[in-house]
Amino acid sequence: MLKVENINTYYGDSHILQDVSLEVHLGEIVVLLGRNGVGKTTTLKSIMGIEPPKTGKILYKGEEITGNQPYQNVQKGLAIIPEDRRIIPNLTVEENLKLGILHKKKKLNVAERFDMVYQYFPKLKLRVNQMGESLSGGEQQMLTIARAMVSKPDLMMIDEPTEGLAPLIVEEIGEILRRLQRDGATILLVEQNYQVSLSLSDNLRAYILEKGQIKLSGTSEELHACQDEVERCLGVKL
Amino acid sequence: MELTWEIIILQIIMGLALGAIYVILASGLSIIFGLLDVLNFAHGTFYMLGAYAVFVAISLCGNFWIAMVSAIVIVALLGGLFEITLLKRLYGTEPIYPLLLCFGFSIFMPDVIKLIFGLVGKVVEYPKIFQGAAFVGTLILPKYRIFLVVLMGVVLLALWLFMNKTDIGMIIRAATRDRLMVSCLGINVSRVWTVGFMLGVGLAALAGVIAAPMVQTIPNMGDEMTVESFVVVVIGGLGSLGGAVLGGLLLGQVVSFVSFLYPDWSNVAIFMAMAVILVVRPRGLFGEEGRA
Repeated sequence: MLKVENINTYYGDSHILQDVSLEVHLGEIVVLLGRNGVGKTTTLKSIMGIEPPKTGKILYKGEEITGNQPYQNVQKGLAIIPEDRRIIPNLTVEENLKLGILHKKKKLNVAERFDMVYQYFPKLKLRVNQMGESLSGGEQQMLTIARAMVSKPDLMMIDEPTEGLAPLIVEEIGEILRRLQRDGATILLVEQNYQVSLSLSDNLRAYILEKGQIKLSGTSEELHACQDEVERCLGVKL
Repeated sequence: MELTWEIIILQIIMGLALGAIYVILASGLSIIFGLLDVLNFAHGTFYMLGAYAVFVAISLCGNFWIAMVSAIVIVALLGGLFEITLLKRLYGTEPIYPLLLCFGFSIFMPDVIKLIFGLVGKVVEYPKIFQGAAFVGTLILPKYRIFLVVLMGVVLLALWLFMNKTDIGMIIRAATRDRLMVSCLGINVSRVWTVGFMLGVGLAALAGVIAAPMVQTIPNMGDEMTVESFVVVVIGGLGSLGGAVLGGLLLGQVVSFVSFLYPDWSNVAIFMAMAVILVVRPRGLFGEEGRA
């Protein structure tokens, strides 16, 4: 579904992503792991067109999307859920969701999609008329996932959805991701928390980034087999 | 002259009418700044173009109201063309570049108008039904000024409905705060910017249209209006629409009363008002902390 081929992305002079390649197949959950600052977020931004790569190719459903504007990629069915959530503070919860579905307003039944999203996130339904800025961190995280889901994207790129949240909320978000996965969503997930991400699905694949390069990749079993190497890359004891 | 209550009421109405022009003009400036981060130094130029457009349209069709609508549409379209062909290229560069472009346009355009219409001012008549004044007891109520106050109310209501009840208004509000995220939700922000710029410039044109019968329509009439609309927006707080409204009304009253009581001071009064407000409240009346 998504194929990234040897992309190189720079911030000014610094070479952030070095020949990064990865693949995501339909219905799969793929996790991008790595320490802080190795280029996980930049990978998502490059795919989305926020920080387009200088060289390399990004193919989505067989079509090259390298260098596209973010809005074009979203219209093709990609969605990004940024780590800083980016809820529009001066819009209500409902307006934030509406903003997420505007580009597909004609193709989708808006009321139906809203109902679906509120089923996932009953808490948001209680807050429809509240301003985005008044939500708690956990609620904002839910809204940012909901805002992406509402337009029925084919591939969701989720950046550190559990960062900075209380354990109980982390559990809740994990449950949401598992449910999404069961409902057939395709997900590319950036996550610091190795355990959380491995608990999401029995058959997930992961890539481990180190200093802008893919160091390891494989299914959860394959990674389990080379645990020492994984521990070294992530800087944690498993 | 003695300051009787009739005169006070008359001056308040004059101030409200002047305030209406400021409010409409400055709302446009505020929308453009809030959405595009562009300090539109050509705002008064579009105001001037509105006045000339209504002059031309009246001489063509003879009806003030039809002329008013067509003048706004024409200037808004011109603004759209300006944004698409010139301004758009400068987004993402140093903020000084769009500012200089607008400044250049504000020097260039009055000269073009001079070449076409000459230096002599053009006269735009008051619309027939609003000529003269109504008398209520000893009160004199100039009809056109009262019309301007009502018009301001209608424009603000329409603007509020547009911003709060339409999809494009919602996108504008969102893009004012976080354009990247709006783009990451599948919306072509670049088109929204054009719409926002046209809206802002259209409001400037409307201000020029309604001011035309009250002032001399000359090529450089917009120059001081650019400065004054910036004063309004700074008083109200940059990027705040409510601030532009309050700032405009306040300034209208200041100018109205100072020019009646101390005519010599009328030119500096608005800057003194700005200085006083900024000393008390540096970010303006409704400005947000941290948004310059």
